[in-house]
Amino acid sequence: MTEEKKEYWRWKEYRKTIEGKDWKTGKIITAGIDIGSIGSKAVIMVDGEIYALGIIRTGSNSPDSAKRVLDFTLEGTDLKFENINYIVGTGYGRVNVPMANKTITEISCHAKGANFIWGDSVRTVLDVGGQDIKAISIDEKGNVVSFLMNDKCAAGTGRGMEVIADLLSLPIEEIGEASLKVKEDPPPLNCTCVVFAKSEAVSLLRKGWTKEKVLAAYCRAMAQRMFDLLKRIGIKKDFVVTGGQSKNIGTVSRLESLLGFKRLQVPDWEKNGKDPMVAGAIGAAIFAKALYEKSKK
Amino acid sequence: MITYYGYKDGSGEYFISIDSDKCNGCGECIEKCPKKILKLETVMINLEDKLVSSVKEEFRRQIKYVCNNCHPDNILCVLSCKEKAITTIWNQER
Repeated sequence: MTEEKKEYWRWKEYRKTIEGKDWKTGKIITAGIDIGSIGSKAVIMVDGEIYALGIIRTGSNSPDSAKRVLDFTLEGTDLKFENINYIVGTGYGRVNVPMANKTITEISCHAKGANFIWGDSVRTVLDVGGQDIKAISIDEKGNVVSFLMNDKCAAGTGRGMEVIADLLSLPIEEIGEASLKVKEDPPPLNCTCVVFAKSEAVSLLRKGWTKEKVLAAYCRAMAQRMFDLLKRIGIKKDFVVTGGQSKNIGTVSRLESLLGFKRLQVPDWEKNGKDPMVAGAIGAAIFAKALYEKSKK
Repeated sequence: MITYYGYKDGSGEYFISIDSDKCNGCGECIEKCPKKILKLETVMINLEDKLVSSVKEEFRRQIKYVCNNCHPDNILCVLSCKEKAITTIWNQER
């Protein structure tokens, strides 16, 4: 065995500084750090506007991930850690953000972040993370009205998609598109459990199903699961998806057909930094600004 | 803010919901719960910290089993709450 095994599940880490912004002219510099189960995100805001962001994979050590993602985000800017006025930590690993001035639940942060990205018309946020799904109902100010989290199992989450990408030897960024190549959707997989779904997928492949058809069946099962969760809190327009799975067109488009309407998208997120994957970190940075201002009063 | 603790699985749906706007943190439900699954937790409402009742982390995935004895008609946390901040959703399909 000389051939190196490809890591199909591995998605791209990236950082970005928003063009045309100068932190030196800003008054308040805040940071939001969102330590998810598989992704760590950081956003730096200058006077409530996105200045820089970064996304890396979460390591086995949360405090280290928090430091790494912040350093990674500061790289390429001439901003120093000391210049940041206030830091809010959030996410699954939020208790392990040692440099945070305060920690806030990721539910509040995703709600606030969605309100910032899409505006005050958003009423329902679905956050599909690495190992849980959250359905959040919010008001026009981005406050949480009610929320429901399903973290009992990893079905329908990002980690499940990584496992399937690896099984089918398809890069994770491509599986959404690939799943849409089928002429007609096959029935959904019976099992939404990642482990059982993987073995069900294997047996379908043996039966002669194409990779695309298996993916379509998996994405459909995932969409159904998200739909069930959303029904519990009530689905009101406008609807948005945050978290890593917001980039998986395979599940999101099938969820849209179950709902009967479309999600709002973000024009130019690659330029303006309003990446739905960092919604939690954006929300945290917004709270950081408000808390800093409050502390100065 | 209403928080739903619990889950839906192949056998039905099991949730305890707590309304942090109504809850005044009196702790009555924590006392009355026979399985001691509730605790006070800090939530942030309008940038202010507030202590409200919540389901302990370690019980959130076991609601079906730990809360089974109180259902369907002697739900002590719900009955003990004067503010009517707690409700449960209990639909056992099989």
